[in-house]
Amino acid sequence: MQRIGVFVCWCGSNIAGTVDVVAVAEALKSEPGVVFSANYQYMCSQAGQDLIKDAIKEHNLTGIVVCSCSPRMHEATFRKTAAAAGLNPYMVEIANIREQCSWVHKDMPVGTEKAIILGKAAVAKVNLNTPLVPGESPVTKRALVIGGGIAGIQTALDIADAGFEVDIVEKQPTIGGKMAQLDKTFPTLDCAACILTPKMVDVGQHEKIRIFSYSEVEAVKGFVGNFDVTIKKKARYVKEELCTGCGDCVSKCPMKKVPNEFNLGMDNRKAIYIPFAQAVPKVATIDADYCNMLKNGKCGVCAKFCQAGAIDYTQKDELIEEKYGAIVVATGYNPISMDKFDEFAYNQSKDVITSLEFERLTNAAGPTAGKLLRPSDGKHPEKIVFVQCVGSRCDACNEKGKEYCSKICCMYTAKHAMLTRDKYPDTDVTVFYIDVRTPGKNFDEFYRRAVEEFGVHYIKGMVGKVSPEGDKLIVQASDIIANKQIKIDADLVVLAAAIEPDKSARPLATMLTASMDTNDFFTEAHPKLRPVESPTAGVFLSGACQGPKDIPETVSQAGAAASKVIGLLAKDKLTGNPCVAHSNEMMCNGCSSCERVCPYGAITYEDKEFRMPDRTTLVRRIAVVNPAVCQGCGCCTVACPSGAMDLKGFANNQIIAEVDAICK
Amino acid sequence: MKFSYFPGCTLKNKAKDLDEYARKSAEVLGVTLEEIEDWQCCGGVFTTSKDEIATKLSSVRILKAAQAKEQALVTVCSACHNVVKQTNYAMQNDSEFADKVNRYMDDGIYDGSTKIYHYLELIRDVIGYDKVKEKVVNSLAGKKVAAYYGCLLLRPNTVMRMDDPENPTIMEDLIKALGAEAVVYPYRNECCGGYVRMENTEFAEKKSNTVSNSAKLAGADVIVTACPLCKYNLEKSGSEIPVVYITELLADALGIKEDNNGK
Repeated sequence: MQRIGVFVCWCGSNIAGTVDVVAVAEALKSEPGVVFSANYQYMCSQAGQDLIKDAIKEHNLTGIVVCSCSPRMHEATFRKTAAAAGLNPYMVEIANIREQCSWVHKDMPVGTEKAIILGKAAVAKVNLNTPLVPGESPVTKRALVIGGGIAGIQTALDIADAGFEVDIVEKQPTIGGKMAQLDKTFPTLDCAACILTPKMVDVGQHEKIRIFSYSEVEAVKGFVGNFDVTIKKKARYVKEELCTGCGDCVSKCPMKKVPNEFNLGMDNRKAIYIPFAQAVPKVATIDADYCNMLKNGKCGVCAKFCQAGAIDYTQKDELIEEKYGAIVVATGYNPISMDKFDEFAYNQSKDVITSLEFERLTNAAGPTAGKLLRPSDGKHPEKIVFVQCVGSRCDACNEKGKEYCSKICCMYTAKHAMLTRDKYPDTDVTVFYIDVRTPGKNFDEFYRRAVEEFGVHYIKGMVGKVSPEGDKLIVQASDIIANKQIKIDADLVVLAAAIEPDKSARPLATMLTASMDTNDFFTEAHPKLRPVESPTAGVFLSGACQGPKDIPETVSQAGAAASKVIGLLAKDKLTGNPCVAHSNEMMCNGCSSCERVCPYGAITYEDKEFRMPDRTTLVRRIAVVNPAVCQGCGCCTVACPSGAMDLKGFANNQIIAEVDAICK
Repeated sequence: MKFSYFPGCTLKNKAKDLDEYARKSAEVLGVTLEEIEDWQCCGGVFTTSKDEIATKLSSVRILKAAQAKEQALVTVCSACHNVVKQTNYAMQNDSEFADKVNRYMDDGIYDGSTKIYHYLELIRDVIGYDKVKEKVVNSLAGKKVAAYYGCLLLRPNTVMRMDDPENPTIMEDLIKALGAEAVVYPYRNECCGGYVRMENTEFAEKKSNTVSNSAKLAGADVIVTACPLCKYNLEKSGSEIPVVYITELLADALGIKEDNNGK
């Protein structure tokens, strides 16, 4: 028989406001096995923990029940408390009477009754608890960073500088990401390339960093400290180790009509290309969709002119297997497609562009060499209208766009407007907005400069329609402060398109078993207290894959993710979770039901000899669980038809005892 | 293939072309439209006031009649389609409304299960553009046709589910199937002024002219619509290019258009 102590927490008024904690402690006193019961204002405080420790020693407790907040909050705290008093930490059960009780009930008698029931269930379970001892597993001292934008770059540099090996997997031929496409950065207006490319060079030259460019993560197996990752290195038909990046192949390539994705299709590149001058690695890549040699065997010009002999038309995709201790997701964002927003005539007129396209149009390395010219006729636009919140802050029921604020658009629109007025003072610039949101260091000052010093017209109201008429764009909008409808005949319309997670994020999340929200942003382990960790152990989040972010925020999060990775890789061994599945070999008939449902590949089979009552032997196939791989999800215990599979710490009889206690 | 068919009041007098050509073209395309017996007006406008039941009952009767024949319902007038479809949606999703309505029904309750096709959806989803192309005898090649959707056909999108309300293609796809060139212009899904014409003619004319001028500026020879009110407003406001029903264009291409049909 267990000797159980019950500890009911008030959580200030969080619990005590709707649950009569004294009555709960009193009611649980008479439950089977309970020898001690107490209540306290803050059980998680030092004094509260001391109360628990003293009671364990004084009453020789063998198990404890803490009626408090969610186990996600303080289970670890109370397990440590128990361990400090010499009790096995897995003899602690939490009854969640806050999130699942006091916070959702308004009525004291109802809340109290439910809290008592939850407490009884926890007592019933702890009566059947057995001490568990976690195993240990080694840590592979290498990190994988998925995505080579500014988030991935910063995380990789920080981890590598701490002395650990890092691999970056980037699906494009070069690292750099979105930031490489930007012109100036707010609020200081320093040039994006000037601050980014030195970092890219650092990554390229760092002895601890390897870059897998033009590569994608194909499969992830294993668990924290011991991930097995398959990386697909896509064929670029150029031997990376030989290519010097001289660009002779690019200048000689006769295939000139390939839309240049780096300039968002606003100009063309060759079939063999280096995305931009500062690319890292500076290695050419052949676009197989356009290369005549690869398509029909007629050309071979690049191979002829390559003095390094780096061209290899026979190159194939290559799969690389590598082990990692930690994985950082830095997959970034993309502007949403404007197809569903044809009221802004994006698909009808070349002179309706997105803000990212505007960045390229003002960038010295862009299609117009930095001169702001209309895409349709190359003329200088005299009237420019910026539309904010295109696809951001949308009504959930209108089924296009996103409900969230994309966060960066107010600032980059102010930047675009300001720079336009600065470079071309004859240009008339109008910005339509719902709200101007500028809560960052020096951000509001920046926006006010756009309005006050640079004379940008800010009009509160949304644009309803853009209609191309002749060489003008008729912008129909409302000015909700003046309460009137207005029409502007603009030469260029710039849409601040909402941003969304990269399309590769969802399949990657499935591979990593990392959770996502409804918008496909990765979910953090705790929104306030663990913002750079995924709930999946060993998976960390960096940058806009977790939510819209500007560069300063991305860089801080990237550094934070790196410090978490360093903390993990600095350990030699990790303590595992002892709540894993195990199979009762006497009952298992080797049917493979459990193996089929196991998401972690933790179950294998072996043939085992059993001695029969008549002294003969019988060989039977039975399931065996690898405790280092098992995550304790419990799928197998549900699937097992013979009841052989069970989960330590959450055994079938414990769950039934809880249900019985609730239904009593 | 047989479908229940609801023409609606306007198609019996002002908009006979829309009706006649719809039926005849459907026959050529292998679909028979069986007119619902003893039908009444669709209700004219789907009022958004939730306790307004009376004007919605006739739409429910139409839907119920189709259900009794175990057929899907086909409509062609944009306004009728909008009212019938919104009523059906309310019957499916608003239990309080459905309950009130069903108290007026004398032969069993109606559960909102009738499938509704607008004539354009019938062509896209049931007949298919390939079949249409096959049956074209009088290709409209060289003709520049501007599709005019108006507002009722596509909105509200949560209910209508016909096409993207800001970037529709359903009429353009049909126009292309008939061999003509589809002219896309910015005002194709804007309001013609609707019933506002009754009390503020000037305003309605301004709205209508914006649409027809936009189509003309984009180079269209002709505007097609599925809505009698849109056609009326555009013509009365002095559209400089002709406005015809989409079914007339279809009948023309299928070679079954007679001169002075039903006028």
